[in-house]
Amino acid sequence: MYPARFSYEAPETIEAAVELLGGARGEARVLAGGQSLVPMMKLRFASPETLIDINNIPGLAYHGADPDGTYRIGALCRHVDLEKDGDLGTLQPTMAAAAPLIADPIVRMRGTVVGSLCHADPQGDWASVMGALGGSVVAQGPNGRRSIPCVDFVDGPFQNVLEPDELAIEAFVPAPVGTRAGGYLKLERRVGDFATVGVAVSVEFSGTQVTRAGIGLTGVGASTICAGAAAEMLVGEELNGDNIARAAGHAAEMSQPRSDHRGSEAYKRHIVATFVTRILSSLQRTTQEVA
Amino acid sequence: MTVDEVKIGGLGAKRRRVEDSRFIRGMGNYVDDITLPGMLHMEILRSPLAHARIKSVDASAALAIPGVQLVLTGELLASRNLAWMPTLSYDTQAVLATDKVRFQGQEVACVVADDPYIAKDACEAIVVDYEALPVIVNPTQATANGAPVIRDDKENQHDNVIFDWEVGDQDGTDRAFAAADVVSELELHYPRSHPSPIETCGSIADFDRATSKLTVYMTTQAPHIIRAAVSMVAEIPEHMIRIVSPDLGGGFGNKVPIYPGYVVSILASILLERPVKWIEDKTGNLISTGFGRDIYLRGQMALRNDGKILGVRMHTDSDHGAFFSDAQPTKFKIGLMHAAFACYDIPVAHLTARGVYTNKAPGGVAYRCSFRITEAMFFQERMVQAAADDLGLDQAEIRRLNFVKDDDFPHRTPFGFLTDSGQYGKCLDIGLEAIGYEDFLKQKEEARKNGRLLGIGISTMTEPLGAGNSREYDILGIKMFDSAELRVHMTGKALLRTGAKSQGQGHETTWAQIVAHELGIPADDVVVEEGDTDTAPFGMGTYASRSTPVAGAAVSMVSRKIRAKARKIAAHLLEVSEEDIEWELGRFYLRSSPDSGVTIQECAMAAYSNLPDGMEPGLENNAYYDPPNLTWPFGCYIATVEVDPLTGVWDVLNFVAVDDCGVRINPMIVEGQIMGGLAEAYAMANMQFITFDSEGNCVGSNYMDYLLPTSWETPGFELHEVVTPCPHHPIGAKGVGECATVGGPAAFVTAVRDALKGPGVRNIDMPLLPDRVYEALTEGHDVSGSPPVRTDL
Ligand SMILES: Cc1cc2nc3c(=O)[nH]c(=O)nc-3n(C[C@H](O)[C@H](O)[C@H](O)COP(=O)(O)OP(=O)(O)OC[C@H]3O[C@@H](n4cnc5c(N)ncnc54)[C@H](O)[C@@H]3O)c2cc1C
Repeated sequence: MYPARFSYEAPETIEAAVELLGGARGEARVLAGGQSLVPMMKLRFASPETLIDINNIPGLAYHGADPDGTYRIGALCRHVDLEKDGDLGTLQPTMAAAAPLIADPIVRMRGTVVGSLCHADPQGDWASVMGALGGSVVAQGPNGRRSIPCVDFVDGPFQNVLEPDELAIEAFVPAPVGTRAGGYLKLERRVGDFATVGVAVSVEFSGTQVTRAGIGLTGVGASTICAGAAAEMLVGEELNGDNIARAAGHAAEMSQPRSDHRGSEAYKRHIVATFVTRILSSLQRTTQEVA
Repeated sequence: MTVDEVKIGGLGAKRRRVEDSRFIRGMGNYVDDITLPGMLHMEILRSPLAHARIKSVDASAALAIPGVQLVLTGELLASRNLAWMPTLSYDTQAVLATDKVRFQGQEVACVVADDPYIAKDACEAIVVDYEALPVIVNPTQATANGAPVIRDDKENQHDNVIFDWEVGDQDGTDRAFAAADVVSELELHYPRSHPSPIETCGSIADFDRATSKLTVYMTTQAPHIIRAAVSMVAEIPEHMIRIVSPDLGGGFGNKVPIYPGYVVSILASILLERPVKWIEDKTGNLISTGFGRDIYLRGQMALRNDGKILGVRMHTDSDHGAFFSDAQPTKFKIGLMHAAFACYDIPVAHLTARGVYTNKAPGGVAYRCSFRITEAMFFQERMVQAAADDLGLDQAEIRRLNFVKDDDFPHRTPFGFLTDSGQYGKCLDIGLEAIGYEDFLKQKEEARKNGRLLGIGISTMTEPLGAGNSREYDILGIKMFDSAELRVHMTGKALLRTGAKSQGQGHETTWAQIVAHELGIPADDVVVEEGDTDTAPFGMGTYASRSTPVAGAAVSMVSRKIRAKARKIAAHLLEVSEEDIEWELGRFYLRSSPDSGVTIQECAMAAYSNLPDGMEPGLENNAYYDPPNLTWPFGCYIATVEVDPLTGVWDVLNFVAVDDCGVRINPMIVEGQIMGGLAEAYAMANMQFITFDSEGNCVGSNYMDYLLPTSWETPGFELHEVVTPCPHHPIGAKGVGECATVGGPAAFVTAVRDALKGPGVRNIDMPLLPDRVYEALTEGHDVSGSPPVRTDL
């Protein structure tokens, strides 16, 4: 690979990284797992003048729940860390379903969840997962930290709202209201392929009653679509065939797919509806079995 | 005393591949591993547009970059009469564009610099002023009235048609159709794909100014053809050119043609008198080098009510891209397309073929097949299936009814080939038994009642592998035979060289086994070398499954020459006349007293130390083998699938392959070849295609867009074998490297279509992406052509 010339920095603290970001001449880019940035540099779609490698900053590789149930993912938590976490299925079922579907094992070894969110690829899987879960990104700049809800974090394809001198240091998901259930389904042509359609669903239950719900859609719009309105229709109800069909239909309507060689617009909408239905129906079965 | 053939690694031994030890330890020696003192690096600037006039090329900014040694443009090449080169199909191809660019990715200029980074930077600094022209991306556009003429560089070319060609018996076929009870019809598209070896193309040209000798290390499947071509194009005497093809990271037909990068690196080395390395990147390989397929096929079949096939009509419209550079035997324009229907006893057939230029990359290489046979057999099997549907016949039965029978060989096919041998019915029976045919049909009916969609597809075919004979097969006039040279050293160890060139086929292992079989020298005592034109005997290289049929036969023949000489030496050592001795593997012995004998190794020592009077010393020889016919392996492939009715996603439930490739030299390598071939068949059916938008932008220019299946998706394959020895090959072997790729795709497609079968759906063109399957399923109509491409990106 023969990228354009760049300079390389490897700070060891968050503060140093932020300072480098602020002081860099020309375009500076953070290097996390490199699984999106490096391919773009190889193709010379990206030619940053400075790379700021954050891999030497200690204490960013964490993931897990706070005592209050808030779930935090540090900027150096790799896809594989979630994939291999045996407890994730109970704590974060939507994440657990998505983790093994990201890319391929080699990419999962290096790529980070936060890097994926920052990359803001409309076909990235984590953004819809975090959207469904009502997650946020924490950014640190010269003047301190701020949280940005995932729904507001991305403002276009491959564009996030970080300031040039801000570093994303973690993503977090609020504690559930009741028990958390969910799933992720992805239509891909091959392992390691980006989603033709990806659907993230998260539902929190009190007994069999839905207390909170979220739906995120991958690959069916210029950026990730948070189909919150479709999910909210379920709140306060027990899942049944009717409301599942309505939510699925609404999510399909909220999607904005385009026809391409992966499928027609109508087909992609149909897949959105099919996947929402499949995930919710399986949640309906399990909650009702438990009850 | 007798040597155990399997123990010494002879015929039938599942010997581990000797080459793998270096490959899996990362110790292979590929072109890019070679570094020469003072070596420079070359990078190609490619056209972003598919069709445009070049108004100017300004390289001044590139030349100003420190470390840039040379910028080569079309103009510079034209001044040396090198801007165009001949192709393997008697056309011309631009080395670097002068007048126009004719496909996206075409070579426009090259930079030679101290390192590849600088070369790449400098390419970006070259300013090319293009004037866009209308773009043609398929045969329909190419032949439309008023279509722009792509090859206006050619004096007598006033349209985009390259050839109109025909073969077969038109009148006889018309008569067969007149007598038919039923006529079935089918139209389909075999999409463009790319062989995509993991290693891309590359070369290091090293012009030695002290000796004026040119050495080129390059990724080629056919080094000797390249030597001849370079000698003719560059006007360098052939003995002053040495082509070395080191380890190759796959070829699949992609490394047969001559590419501009090779030619320009040679010129650059001559101009600069320094070694120049060019290593293509993956995108360059995918968008500019030899593709496979890209052909529209339509045909009709004349049938009797009972399913007997009376005649076939076929027409092909092939898209060759901007230059007609198919690698194929001279005599034929559309490869061996007319090998179609060879396994069926059909009296008469007629094929017409039209080839056109488009604004797409040139190539038309035999991607893991013997010159367009993949398309031929796919069409054949889909056509037979369409006939079975029209007549309401069982897909196994219509095949069995029409098969050439075991005692009917040699059999003349309707297009004039002579098939050599086979047991087609037996192969089909084994396949049906293995897949559980009758049970599956019942299961399918049951499943359907529960809304599940199951399907089964059969594909059976024989194909001609191992070109030539030299009577009919040549490339650029060079006859298609092959060669082997064997040197047995005095300690009984041996060096074997052939004119073939392994790219993963395992020649180093297999050839030694043939020597072991013929001479009783343990395979481990035989080292095999290929690919260096200064040392290897002349040969046409490896593609079209020709190595075992041709070079492998030469290995047998040269071993037999050695044995004949050893027999004379043995008689001398045993002090008897030649007539009194017998041969068993590895040893000559006295007929009258079998315990007295000499081993081949003892004969070898004597060849250098104790010769009969007047005998020439040494134990070496060579053999050129001109096969009497092609070899005709047979394959029966059966797939069962389940289609998800809500998404169109399909999964393979089972897959059975029954291959008859004659005698198996190394059964493990044969199985590896079949497994690999089936993986590619699955790839083609499912996802592996290259398409273009209306602007001629290539969709499939990297591995995110051009999908090769991984071991994750690729289903398991159950393999079975039948052995019908090839009657004319010295050890009864037939080609096998490509059968599964050729025969496999139709099994998948037929199976998926079978699962959907309802009124209306006659054809779904590959790739069977879920949305296409879903469309066929829900709309109940055919889904044809290349998948549509988003043009607004
Ligand atoms: C073959 C392949 C297949 C893939 N398939 C999928 C898939 O199926 N689904 C999927 O979701 N993804 C897929 N990806 C992308 C992968 O998930 C990436 O890992 C992810 O998108 C980026 O994470 P990263 O850590 O590698 O980020 P990098 O590549 O290092 O960075 C990506 C971008 O985000 C910025 N960035 C990264 N971290 C930060 C930070 N902490 N603060 C501010 N900016 C930051 C970088 O500057 C850069 O612009 C695939 C990638 C490859 C190579």
